[in-house]
Amino acid sequence: MPKVKVPRKSTVIDMTAMCDVASLLLTFFILTATARQPEPLPVDTPSSTVKVKLPATEIATLTIGQGKVFFGVAGQPIRIRMLERMGERYNIQFTDQEKKRFSLMDNFGVPIAQLKQLIALPGDKRNKEGVQQGIPTDSVGRNPSELREWIYNARYATKELNDKELRISIKGDSKENYKVVKKIIDILQSQEVNKFSLITSLEAAD
Amino acid sequence: MAELDTSGGGKKKGGKIRSKKQSARVDMTPMVDLMFLLITFFMLTTTLAKPQAMDLAMPDKDEKNDDQFEVADNRTMTILLGKNDRLEWYIGSVEKPLTAPQLDNFGKGGIRKALLEKSKEVKASTGKGLIVLIKASEKANYKNLVDILDEMKITNIGVGGGTYAIVDITEPEIGLLKRDGIY
Repeated sequence: MPKVKVPRKSTVIDMTAMCDVASLLLTFFILTATARQPEPLPVDTPSSTVKVKLPATEIATLTIGQGKVFFGVAGQPIRIRMLERMGERYNIQFTDQEKKRFSLMDNFGVPIAQLKQLIALPGDKRNKEGVQQGIPTDSVGRNPSELREWIYNARYATKELNDKELRISIKGDSKENYKVVKKIIDILQSQEVNKFSLITSLEAAD
Repeated sequence: MAELDTSGGGKKKGGKIRSKKQSARVDMTPMVDLMFLLITFFMLTTTLAKPQAMDLAMPDKDEKNDDQFEVADNRTMTILLGKNDRLEWYIGSVEKPLTAPQLDNFGKGGIRKALLEKSKEVKASTGKGLIVLIKASEKANYKNLVDILDEMKITNIGVGGGTYAIVDITEPEIGLLKRDGIY
């Protein structure tokens, strides 16, 4: 009987190609991932079953928590234009450097009189608790509230630069009293923004 | 493996220099493991970090023509949001409710049952959808509002003729909440 020869095969697989692909993908994901900015007002958003993702452009976010309201718009040119218009409205001159620094802030929550001081602060001190007291939501005399002006000018700037409607989203804390949220909704409705988004986190449907 | 050759010195005469044959292959398995771990991490964080958006359309609030739109009593359900994550609902008007006000909870076992039941009943009797008016009191919190809107989405109130809207609460309704101890 002839001997059956079993050819010996190496058990080592060449992993170089696999490693290449993996590192390529890894590089891609690292570069596309945007670093999470520290938020000046941390909120715990309520969960819901909706699965509509929030767009990343032409959006303004109103953060509500601890009775304070913070405002932020996406896009640096829009932020600069909004600040210019607000400066005209309240007679405050902002230098080019201040505008540049402001355009790097994701959101803020101070009365406009204190905005210059906030811009001058270094980035890590800005987000400390207690530094930003929230944007005033009450109207003073016949002047509309500052928040209303910010929203209005953000919408104006978006229309002017991108020719698109600004989407308003509300990011509220779960524990926030309805009274505060109602006030913000009233401010939005007073300028005929009847459609907006509520930011929620994902929840499994039960 | 990589080692420094510390031997030698004084052996140069006559001795053949032998270089050790080393394998050029490196075992890449742990490296690939690590890479896939990182890839998974970045993939999950980038896609899951995006928040969800719940669209909300409020009824137009035009202060010039302040006409109250008429809604049929028999297909209107009013939900009042009170404190401690409790709510109260009734059908009809607050003076003459067709279904007496009932206390209820949020979630699957609570208001969802009532919503599904009533929307079916209304559909059967009038052929039109249920109208839900959400009235949040000042004692309710933001989570309650999101929860009840979510409930509207789950029970499909907004499709097939039915609607829902967020409306301001009125005095008699606050009285009702006070009576039942959730204000």
